[in-house]
Amino acid sequence: MRLNKFRRNRFAGPVLVVAALLTVGSAFSIASALPSAQKSEVSAQSTLVDEGKQIFLKGCSSCHGLNAEGGAIAPSLIGVGAAAVDFQVGTGRMPMADMSQQAMRKKPVYNAEETAALAAYVASLAPGPAAIDPASLTWERDGNVAQGGQLFRTNCAMCHNFAAQGGALTNGKYAPSLMGVAPQHIYEAMITGPQSMPKFSDKTITPAEKLSIIAWIKSSQSEPAIGGASLGRVGPVTEGLLVWTFGLGLLIAVAVWLATKAR
Amino acid sequence: MSNELAGVERFEDPGLPEHKHRKADHDAIAANKAERQVAILFLLSAVGTVGTIASYIFIDTKKFIYLPILGNTNAAQLALGTGLAASLFFIGIAAVHWAKTLMPDEEVIAERHEFRSSDADRSEFVKTVKERSGAAGLGRRSLIKRSMGVALGLIGLSPLVLLRDLGPLPKNQLSTTDWSSGVRLMTDPGGRPIMPGDLEVGSVAQVLPELPAGTERTLENIGKDAVLLIRIRPEEFNLNAERLSWTYNGIIAFSKICSHMGCAVALYEQQTKHLLCPCHQSTFDVTRAAKVIFGPAARPLPQLAITVDADGYLVAKQGFTEPVGPSFWERNSA
Repeated sequence: MRLNKFRRNRFAGPVLVVAALLTVGSAFSIASALPSAQKSEVSAQSTLVDEGKQIFLKGCSSCHGLNAEGGAIAPSLIGVGAAAVDFQVGTGRMPMADMSQQAMRKKPVYNAEETAALAAYVASLAPGPAAIDPASLTWERDGNVAQGGQLFRTNCAMCHNFAAQGGALTNGKYAPSLMGVAPQHIYEAMITGPQSMPKFSDKTITPAEKLSIIAWIKSSQSEPAIGGASLGRVGPVTEGLLVWTFGLGLLIAVAVWLATKAR
Repeated sequence: MSNELAGVERFEDPGLPEHKHRKADHDAIAANKAERQVAILFLLSAVGTVGTIASYIFIDTKKFIYLPILGNTNAAQLALGTGLAASLFFIGIAAVHWAKTLMPDEEVIAERHEFRSSDADRSEFVKTVKERSGAAGLGRRSLIKRSMGVALGLIGLSPLVLLRDLGPLPKNQLSTTDWSSGVRLMTDPGGRPIMPGDLEVGSVAQVLPELPAGTERTLENIGKDAVLLIRIRPEEFNLNAERLSWTYNGIIAFSKICSHMGCAVALYEQQTKHLLCPCHQSTFDVTRAAKVIFGPAARPLPQLAITVDADGYLVAKQGFTEPVGPSFWERNSA
């Protein structure tokens, strides 16, 4: 009844035409939008790679070669993956400030976008481990500090010290302190093995165990120094140095004072 | 001797240097000043004690403060330590200052004497001892004499019995490990078997042998069994044919126990392929069967022959062919 009435309305024809046009048009635009969105993502990716290549040519190619093939003083970057770039550039190790034994952690030269572009370029050369998204590292929720401590003592402590304070290697090389290192950089170091550090494969130390290691490092970092000054938490070395210099110095001064006659 | 000195002029005995009195001995103002100084030092000690007790009561033990050189420091511990140190240190300083400035300043000459007592004193002493021992009845009361003999004679035996704890001899325990043919390599910690494909080139893994079901792993086991698994590119090996056959697709396994003093050798530099012992810096070249290239170690780290079993897991081909760890008396090699 109502429908019939509506059908006879004089606006029925134009309204129907408009509705039909809208339906068909929006359906088409949705359908056509899907591939175009993909296309734009691909083009964004390739612009990122291009940007990265430009940065690479300016900042990295003098040592690593125009095609990242490596040279006499720098290794090839083909196949190292985005994770290695994110670690080396994101922690400021690359570009190196000087040709010393080892690249050290410093203020990053490139910002996050430039690092991502460089990573995209190096990742485009050959497949390698992908950069780690910090949001995907749920170490606070899933990391087991006790298990992480056990893993750390067996696998990491010999170089990085039992309290993750770092230690010496050969010929002036060293394992750096892990205090204040971002969780994604710790993870990337374990999977890429930067510089002297070996890799720790996901099958021998599973991703869940890696989260536990990060949780332990972070808990060690936030551990309060209840006993007063922690002296770097490297054990008897700094404690001995303090006692042998300041302690003995004070004793000698007192002994000299005791032996002088009052005037 | 005396002839040589015959012509030498004799020196006059210079005597003792003149005794100089302190300022406070003859100047009342200086004495009063010294008195005040001592009093201030004692009061500083008292302040230290009061401060110690007050900081124990009033400072929150969870409060941390930042100090320039010390860094983040627990306030209560710092205050307790400083207060205690002040209370003890200033008592000592005050006492010494008092003694040096105000206490009697007289010089006394004490001549040295011969150590030997006079003959009269010596014979008197011997006489007394003889008299008294007779009176104590050592000669008469033979029960006491004999029981004392038993007690004193036996007292040396208990240390001798305790010496037994140095033994028993370890027999062949120093030469054997839990590795033998077909024993799987398990991750440590985790205890999972490993396939060759699990290890990327440039990676390492800490492994222990799989123990028979129901056997508990002790620290003694780990101290002998710990093995480091390293994967490099096979063409980087510089090994003889036998040692090369002990590797598997670039995976090589070494005992982690240093041949020098038994520390865990696991500082692996993947660029130089060197293994470094943290205790005495012995350095081993992984590509040349852990040959010692630096440091005090006398022997390379024992290499564990590995292969894969039917299920594709890494297993030991055989046990260690030599004892792991440092040298010991019965070890039949250099």
